[in-house]
Amino acid sequence: MAQYLVLIYDSEAAWAAADDQARKEVRTQHQAFQDTAGARNLGGNALQPAGTATSLRRDGSGGVSVTDGPFVETKEVLGGYYLLEAADLDEAVALAHQVPTLGGGVEVRPVQVIDW
Amino acid sequence: MTQPEAATTAAAVADAHRREWAFVLAATVRVTRDLDLAEECVQEAYAAALTAWPADGVPRSPGAWLTTAARRRALDLLRRHQTAQRALPLLVEDAVIAGPGDVEAPDVPDDRLRLVFTCCHPTLAVEAQVALTLRLLCGLSTAEVARAFLVPEPTMAARITRAKKKIAGARIPYREPGLEELPERVRAVCEVVHLLFTTGHSAPAGEELVRVDLVTRALDLARMLRALLPRDPDVAGLLALLLLTDARRAARVGARGQLVLLPEQDRSRWDRVAITEGIGLVREALRARPSRYALLAAVAAVHDEAPSFEQTDWEEVVGLYDLLVQVWPSPVVALNRAVAVGFARGPAAGLVQLDVLADEPQLAAYPYRAVARGELLERLGRTAEARTAYGEALLLTENAVERESLARRLAAL
Repeated sequence: MAQYLVLIYDSEAAWAAADDQARKEVRTQHQAFQDTAGARNLGGNALQPAGTATSLRRDGSGGVSVTDGPFVETKEVLGGYYLLEAADLDEAVALAHQVPTLGGGVEVRPVQVIDW
Repeated sequence: MTQPEAATTAAAVADAHRREWAFVLAATVRVTRDLDLAEECVQEAYAAALTAWPADGVPRSPGAWLTTAARRRALDLLRRHQTAQRALPLLVEDAVIAGPGDVEAPDVPDDRLRLVFTCCHPTLAVEAQVALTLRLLCGLSTAEVARAFLVPEPTMAARITRAKKKIAGARIPYREPGLEELPERVRAVCEVVHLLFTTGHSAPAGEELVRVDLVTRALDLARMLRALLPRDPDVAGLLALLLLTDARRAARVGARGQLVLLPEQDRSRWDRVAITEGIGLVREALRARPSRYALLAAVAAVHDEAPSFEQTDWEEVVGLYDLLVQVWPSPVVALNRAVAVGFARGPAAGLVQLDVLADEPQLAAYPYRAVARGELLERLGRTAEARTAYGEALLLTENAVERESLARRLAAL
């Protein structure tokens, strides 16, 4: 088995504009996804808005610069994730089809599991 | 056994390379579970054949000989490295690491479909799918693949390496898709083969109009798919389309290498054997389901069966495009339909259909729209406008032979 991180990208503006009905629908879809994934879903959550992010970057002279905001400013931002366990990419992608977004999309990234 | 001529055995090895590469590689991947290692072993097996066959004679089953040699080599290497699996194995379903006995097994399972579906996996970029197909299914070297697509060799090498890394790193499985996803996956494979064919049939840039190497590879691949998936209507349609289009190859390029368009082609030079085979396949494919390839092939068949350009059944062509627009709504199809309308119902009717597509962004840089417009305007006697249209087409065309053809038409106006 392998692990895949499903990164959910959406527009925060679209979320802010969504009414209760739309939000409820997405929640129902998440529930449906979680039911399908079952034990293959190792966990997942929504993230606080990108504006709450803090980025740390090594500055090349031994120091670290700490800045407000996400690494890359884009219209669609990382808004949540699932960590899945799947046999292969086909299975992971099939599961990821069910992860809802408000017009955004999801990215499936294989996790390189490191044994610390 | 009499010793065969060196030239004969070299030809036999080349023939086995063309026919058996995919089979040998697919069977070897089962042992190595690693594409790179399998490729290495298969290359060595072919090299071994070049020395062994002149001495021992060409084996009765070259594919089995090469498979045995490649698998033996793979087992040697795996034993030497003391690892049955590399760090990131390809996902070989029900994979058993073959023991020494298995190598000799005469009934090697035909794993070519697994290899096909891995090369044409939808999670790979299309250009990577095409490159892997030429590399792994046709056995072309990276340099040859680079030449085929007119890109520098390091660029192609990076593209292939990246695709292979994704196969291993993201665990793209080495298996046949389930029945449910099969039709969609087969269509993806057909697209790769079709793209290969069209790239060769109408080379987008360069000096030659037809890249025979690519066209031949695409036909070989379509035949292989047909053998592996004999009941698939998309595959039957694809092979039919390739045969019926390629049947005109000899008449399509003139004595000086210039492009000869359909109306002027010498139809006695068309390949009747290919046409007959193609028409049989079209019938079969259309009976099952009028797929995109089957309909395109049916259009080609109408042309191939017409005794002359004037006697083409243009209403039939329009009817086929009407169906095609439904299964494959694309501006290019609509453009071809407009051209057919121009022949079936006159240039004014064709122009009306064509001008509906005037703002289609997908056709903005497509030279054939300007060519078609020029032709219709020329037939309507609107010479000045025709000249503008041909001029626009000339600006958009990079193939030298097609440019020359356009320049001639401009001069003749």
